[in-house]
Amino acid sequence: MDLKQMTAVELSAAIKDKKVTVREAVEVSLDAIAKKEESLNCYVTVDREGALQRADEVQKKMDDGTLTGPLAGVPVAVKDNMCTKGMLTTCSSKILGNFVPTFTADAVLRLEEAGAVILGKTNMDEFAMGSTTETSAYGVTRNPWNEEHVPGGSSGGSAAAVAAGECFFALGSDTGGSIRQPASFCGVVGMKPTYGTVSRYGLIAYGSSLDQIGPLCKDVTDCATILEVIAGHDSKDSTSIKREDADFTSALQEDVTGMKIGIPRDYFGEGLDPEVKASVLAAAELLKAKGAMVEEFDLSLVDYAIPAYYTIAAAEASSNLERFDGIKYGYRAEDCEELHQMYKKTRSRGFGAEVKRRIMLGSFVLSSGYYDAYYLKALRVKALIKKAFDDAFSKYDVILGPAAPTTAPELGKSLQDPIRMYLGDIYTISVNLAGLPGITVPCGMDSKGLPIGVQLIGDCFQEKKLLRMAYTYEKARGPFGLDKEGR
Amino acid sequence: MANIISDETIEYVGILAKLELSDEEKEQAKKDMGRMLDYIDKLGELDTTGVEPMSHVFPVENVFREDVVTNGDTREELLTNAPGEKDGMFMVPRTFE
Repeated sequence: MDLKQMTAVELSAAIKDKKVTVREAVEVSLDAIAKKEESLNCYVTVDREGALQRADEVQKKMDDGTLTGPLAGVPVAVKDNMCTKGMLTTCSSKILGNFVPTFTADAVLRLEEAGAVILGKTNMDEFAMGSTTETSAYGVTRNPWNEEHVPGGSSGGSAAAVAAGECFFALGSDTGGSIRQPASFCGVVGMKPTYGTVSRYGLIAYGSSLDQIGPLCKDVTDCATILEVIAGHDSKDSTSIKREDADFTSALQEDVTGMKIGIPRDYFGEGLDPEVKASVLAAAELLKAKGAMVEEFDLSLVDYAIPAYYTIAAAEASSNLERFDGIKYGYRAEDCEELHQMYKKTRSRGFGAEVKRRIMLGSFVLSSGYYDAYYLKALRVKALIKKAFDDAFSKYDVILGPAAPTTAPELGKSLQDPIRMYLGDIYTISVNLAGLPGITVPCGMDSKGLPIGVQLIGDCFQEKKLLRMAYTYEKARGPFGLDKEGR
Repeated sequence: MANIISDETIEYVGILAKLELSDEEKEQAKKDMGRMLDYIDKLGELDTTGVEPMSHVFPVENVFREDVVTNGDTREELLTNAPGEKDGMFMVPRTFE
């Protein structure tokens, strides 16, 4: 029995069967961390002592029958933009370099109540602004499949930690693809649920109307199981939705007979790497062989999603990040004689370049004289994009396409040209604008040995269709993973 | 159509964003913002006459609750994160002459 190979659900079952203890499970992850962190840098914080202590507490509760859920005893990593009481939470920014929250994010609390054991906090792009995890103030994270490449981002630390066996699953957040794209680059499963499904309480806000927390994990069964645990109404998040259909594991059925898949032609045009294209289309063929109906269509407006997204996200970011002022928590610039100087120096020294770039753009598009032309225009375009998806979902159950135009780029090649980097988000960001659920499942490898992911997009509240299709695909595809010495 | 960002605009944005930029950063910011706005101007190609701006995808209503305190007193805990603290309050630099 090789613990490293186990999924989260398998591990918890093995603990219940007394084949392994929670402490042993935690030690497997901690050993991988000890062995690989020096090169991969998936974590900002590892709470070794806390995790081991918690392991023993969870073991007792599992033994006496208090904890019986499917994630009990499973070691998990949490993206460093989710507040964890008593544990450093930096958002990978200097400005929160010493911030220890006094409360825990709702999604993390639900995991704790389910008996998961938190190992630590994962690296990310600063304030989730980036696609490579290179904008972190705490060093880059490397892709476990090839350390010269990025893991994607912004949840790059979470995706890489799962791929490298430095945890059994992780939480990420997705504002414009920040779960689905790194999942694709690291060969793991990642899901962004319908907006409002998982509480954002305790998630440090970037673009509040777009942010959602979701799982990064080894397979689709884990994905449905984790989502079922973290989803739920929360009175502390005013956009949280009461859902009656959150029994996501019921969708783990191997059957896509008669389901309609739409393949947007606009997702397969210029800019898409031929190897990614071939691999993603092969996934569609496999689903067709399993009984799904596959048809090409024109989604339209794809080229407008990125400018609309960056306008809206920057606007919301400029507002959300006003709270970092050096007064209540975090970094404060020394040597300031008066208050306004302190604000300015604190923020200028505390934020990195990409964060400042987006705050300035956001301040500009919201400023008097430009608000209508930029911000309101983007919100109108968002309405058109939502309409285009509504039309598509009147015909199809699921939209299938790539998660990113390429596999993981080499380290150091993305940040010089921000707009080119933003273009890499083309297949993921419209999903956030329209509030839809999306899932990435590994579907192949390119000739450089880097993973490729296929993205399935569903209509609002149709996670179950996505999970059923992803599960069927995964069974048909067969095993996928880092088997050499990874998991 | 190329957007040229003036020194005045960058100064103004710096005030709104509460950021203090070095001369070098200002030049870079002018370039970056100009390029970004050129790109965002693409939205102008779309006719959005009569389209309502969509801030939320679902119809959202304000959430109300009774005005009753539910959290306890966490002042001590909160102040441990403060860069400056005095007598149970946040301490800040001088705010007026």
